[in-house]
Amino acid sequence: MGQPDATGRFGDFGGRFLPEALVPACREVEEAFLDAWHDPAFVAEYHRLLATYVGRPTPLTECVRLGERLGIRLLLKREDLAHTGSHKINNVLGQALLAKRMGRTKLIAETGAGQHGVATATAAALLGLDCTVHMGHTDMRRQELNVFRMELLGAEVVPAGVPGTAGTLKEATNAALRAWVSETRTAHYCLGSVLGPHPYPYLVRELQRVIGDEARAQAAELLPTGIPDVVVACVGGGSNAAGTFAGFVDTPAELIGVEAAGGAAVSTGTPGILHGFRSHFLQEGVQIAEAHSISAGLDYPGIGPEHMHLAATGRVRYPTVTDDEALSAVRALAVTEGILPALESAHALAWILRAAGTPELPTGTTVLLTLSGRGDKDVHQIRETLAC
Amino acid sequence: MLTLPRDHKLLIPYLMGGQSADWLDVAKAMAEAGADALEIGLPFSDPMVDGPVVQRAAATALSRGATPETVLKELSTVDIGVPLIAMTYANVALGIPDFPARLVEAGISGVIVSDLPLEESAEFRAAADRAGVSMVLLGAPDCADDRLARICAASKGFVYSMTAMRTTGEQAQLTTAAKDTVTRLRRHATIPVIAGFGISTPELATEICTEADGVVVGSALVRELLDGGDAATVAERVRGFRTALDRVA
Repeated sequence: MGQPDATGRFGDFGGRFLPEALVPACREVEEAFLDAWHDPAFVAEYHRLLATYVGRPTPLTECVRLGERLGIRLLLKREDLAHTGSHKINNVLGQALLAKRMGRTKLIAETGAGQHGVATATAAALLGLDCTVHMGHTDMRRQELNVFRMELLGAEVVPAGVPGTAGTLKEATNAALRAWVSETRTAHYCLGSVLGPHPYPYLVRELQRVIGDEARAQAAELLPTGIPDVVVACVGGGSNAAGTFAGFVDTPAELIGVEAAGGAAVSTGTPGILHGFRSHFLQEGVQIAEAHSISAGLDYPGIGPEHMHLAATGRVRYPTVTDDEALSAVRALAVTEGILPALESAHALAWILRAAGTPELPTGTTVLLTLSGRGDKDVHQIRETLAC
Repeated sequence: MLTLPRDHKLLIPYLMGGQSADWLDVAKAMAEAGADALEIGLPFSDPMVDGPVVQRAAATALSRGATPETVLKELSTVDIGVPLIAMTYANVALGIPDFPARLVEAGISGVIVSDLPLEESAEFRAAADRAGVSMVLLGAPDCADDRLARICAASKGFVYSMTAMRTTGEQAQLTTAAKDTVTRLRRHATIPVIAGFGISTPELATEICTEADGVVVGSALVRELLDGGDAATVAERVRGFRTALDRVA
């Protein structure tokens, strides 16, 4: 995928819409990352940690039974097997190394369900950095176990959102940005997805492109054509999808980003500005609306600016999937392949289940799906939902 | 366009539009108590640069059914008696069609858009100019001198000096960065340099105004209202700031 322009835009989307106090800090992150990303020693250290700590490369698993049932060849890129259980660790380790290179002693992060928070707390512990994670007051109640995991890893978890707000990822991101204003000289803001002010959408995509690069090399060995016909990933902010698509955007593969029906920024959002960038957001008038999804990782009201650009240019299609379809997909993968996917990833699989055998996904198609995380974190919620 | 007097230290209280049923009475009372201008918040769901007090005020206003549009409509029906400056966020300023013209219709002559910094604001500044509205830019302690110079050159009406690297909200004392930022801005500014963020007592206001041309007072007054205060109690607080500032040469 392409570079953003000098103002941090992908087409009409992106930019750096920030309080003046954060502009110098973001410029510093941009300069430091560009310098680091061109430094072979930094890149080598990042890949050493990915190999020895994260467990990369993650495998490509062929789902023979489910594939036969659907009449397609289905390959899973197994980010659920990465340390801490999701792709989030790829981004966080890179940013933690960057923070140390910049002389920062602390990471600040936002989290929704807790995956990014746990990954950030993990990287901070590994590299000896302090860590504060901002989490919506509602999410803290719903995800007590992840709060405890973060605290066990040495992080401070701070409730976000004043009375009258929903207390979810949107407020957590507001709170993390507010906290960063006071600590720009000592702390690095470790943003969790391909969103926020420039350079974060670009920086996070570059750190996640390891998913797509590995998958492309693995597919080249496995497939007669060298590349899959269709590449599918779920999209909240869109980091696992951006990393996956980066490996295939220059191929003829069809690219599909699957959004939650209650958080479908591409199809039901309107142009707006939030958290430092211009994209599409769910809105009521000029107020940002709350997204609703069974998957807390997909309940962000916007989408990363590069995804919006890919949608606008037609290179990637962004269909939506309902909570019920995602739950069915969890069960389908569990009983046919013995893999319990995260609810986020189940959305991407649900689209495949719906499209297989139709003109959208004809019989015989080869499909690569990034399984962004494992479903252990969602077991309680799935049980409660199915019991209703 | 926004023009402020230069013969005394300026007092600009902040009020969240629509945060209570009597907010227009509060605005009038602030003006009568000695404000030189008023900063009116247009409520936004995600006020990134605001601390807990102004966040609560925004959430309260929105829960009462207030919107930026209703606030502007209500303002257009009254004469507050002093210049008005709207304070809001980019999603509001760029999301409402012909926003600068709507401000003029509401009797507003200045605008602050907290998350529209120098580089992103050129187009909006031009549109505001055409409509006759002054866009006020902020300078922060972490900005290099050359950046502060460009901010001063682009800002209209006054330039807003952040007292510290922080969100809005009350504070007990000024940091060394507070005066330093004002001093650095004054080297480049031909318009007033007004300090804000954390000016919560008359003492802090007079302290910063040995260097600054005036102050914005926000959270201390907003909290008074959230705690049940009315137009009279807020006006009393404003008079306290006025009296103190009038003693500064």
